[in-house]
Amino acid sequence: MSLVIAKDLSKTYVSGGVEVKALKGLNFEIEPASFISFVGPSGSGKTTLLNLIGCLDKPTRGQLVVAGRQVNDLSRKEAAAFRGQALGFIFQAFNLFPVLTAFENIEYPLVMIKSENKSNRKERVLKALEAVGMLEQKDKYPDHLSGGQKQRVAVARALVIQPKLVLADEPTANLDQKTALNVIRLMRDMRDEFGTTFIFSTHDPRVMDEAEVTHTLVDGMLISSETASAGGGANG
Amino acid sequence: MGNVIKIAIRNLMRYKRRTFLTSLLITVGVVAVILFSGLSGSFKAMMIGQITDSNLAQMQIHKKGYVSSIDSMPLDLNLNQKAYAGVENILKEHPEIEAYAPRIKLGGMLSNFTETTSIRLNAVDPAREVKVCPAIEERIKSKNGGKRSGLIKEGEIIIPEKLAKGMMIKEGDTVVIVAHNREGSVNGLNFSVGGIIEDLLGPQGKEGIIHINDARALLRVEEKEVTEVAIRVTKFSRLDAVFAGLAPKLHEFRNPKGKAVFEIHTWEKLSPFVNIANMIDLMTISMKIIMIAIVLISILNVMMMSVYERVREIGTMAALGTLPGKIMALFVVEGLFLGLISAVVGNLIGLAGIYLLNVYQIRFSFGRMDNLLLSPEVGFADLYWVSGIVVLVSVLASLQPAYKASRMEPVDALGHV
Repeated sequence: MSLVIAKDLSKTYVSGGVEVKALKGLNFEIEPASFISFVGPSGSGKTTLLNLIGCLDKPTRGQLVVAGRQVNDLSRKEAAAFRGQALGFIFQAFNLFPVLTAFENIEYPLVMIKSENKSNRKERVLKALEAVGMLEQKDKYPDHLSGGQKQRVAVARALVIQPKLVLADEPTANLDQKTALNVIRLMRDMRDEFGTTFIFSTHDPRVMDEAEVTHTLVDGMLISSETASAGGGANG
Repeated sequence: MGNVIKIAIRNLMRYKRRTFLTSLLITVGVVAVILFSGLSGSFKAMMIGQITDSNLAQMQIHKKGYVSSIDSMPLDLNLNQKAYAGVENILKEHPEIEAYAPRIKLGGMLSNFTETTSIRLNAVDPAREVKVCPAIEERIKSKNGGKRSGLIKEGEIIIPEKLAKGMMIKEGDTVVIVAHNREGSVNGLNFSVGGIIEDLLGPQGKEGIIHINDARALLRVEEKEVTEVAIRVTKFSRLDAVFAGLAPKLHEFRNPKGKAVFEIHTWEKLSPFVNIANMIDLMTISMKIIMIAIVLISILNVMMMSVYERVREIGTMAALGTLPGKIMALFVVEGLFLGLISAVVGNLIGLAGIYLLNVYQIRFSFGRMDNLLLSPEVGFADLYWVSGIVVLVSVLASLQPAYKASRMEPVDALGHV
């Protein structure tokens, strides 16, 4: 069964009395353990779409099923609980908590959301740190980490709860090209290792090449979906 | 909860200067309240002690209507022997009455054979008076500065300081007191001046003292009538309770017309110092209100800034699945700890201040009383009260910003610039 199913998905904002149609009747399905990118110019609706899939916002019209759950009408509390159980997030600006060390940032969802016991938490956090190659930096605060290292910690934080789906909005926008490719490849490795579905948005062509399926959005409409050939990205 | 506290404290330490300044402001408020409460409480207790222990006594019983005409010292409102015996029976039975003493109040003319002036006199039974007013002897200035043996002897008079100075009367001089009795007949007696007594606050603080037997002789009173019965209780803190127990018993005594015979008052109804005491209480409450305002405004301000500066963080917490209640708890705990730390530091500094004030003794004058020593102290109940208020107000001040944080839409918060 598909992990994400969108049918006639639309989102309309009212901004300054003007109606803005951010998404216009999108239809798509995303399979489990896939590595998907949504690409398109600024204002094409990528972030809006990721916000809807991440239950951070509600669609104006249409149906959206994520991880087997209809998410259109979740209350604030239900949406928060669902995100904490099933979804991971990676942000463009990393969004690590500055008062917590790398270890504690990764531990945060296990403490504040999942209430795991201490020994389990430690084991899982260390495993996640090892997976993203940040074990040596575990006691450093975000201020003392480079951009690439911060994003690795963010990837580990998203994966530590073992979510079915990780959403990454422009995860490489604040990184140089080499680091950006490293982060994207790390995400793909994590998908391979844990079977987690990754959906990310980008407008960086070198990064979008890494995706298995690339959906292109323009003016809130899905204009194309390309599947990469075996062993490579969408563009081969 | 431990992790919520850990994050809250780290966030407080994240803005060290702001946290320090806010905490300093609250600490200063707490210290000010503790020192003011300690000093004003000590002043109040000392003044009440001075008034009740050296002149007024803690309670007084009179014939009904006497207090409203106390300035004219009416002799027709004395308690007769039978009424006094009734009062004595009630007082003897009460376990919380430490002592009681009869008094006769009278007005007369004082002459030193050169000048004559009016004088208010308090006629006492010396052995019982010192049990009711144990500090009364300290007010009397003896010629040689030594301790007097007994408050007063028959044939002696203690003259108020101001009067003695004005008429140039000294200890050992002979004076004449002329007084008229209830029927209007006049009588005079010679007295030897046994000492000079310091004036105290209030009309009863400027009375001369004679022996109660001399007053009866002067007024030609046959039976043992008295004007008032002064009372001391075993524990001053129980005064109101004792009063409440005595009042209905005395109220049972009725005259043939069915009206109450006695009236009973605590010192508060008899001394003008009660107005100063009330003013001190009012000022203490004002200090506490100012402290509450300081805590409320500073914590509210800090927490609002804190929420505003961390909108994206709040969005991240919400996006990761943190429930609104936990986000709210994070900010409330932050405000709580800011208040708690300030209250603890404020209490410690306040206690140190009280200790230093006791070490470097503060002496002052009040009215005609000199060299009064303040011994400020603050009870643990006061400390708990001040700390409790600070913590409670801190939590209340944090609630609005915390609620605001918990209600933020994650999508808006994440997009905040």
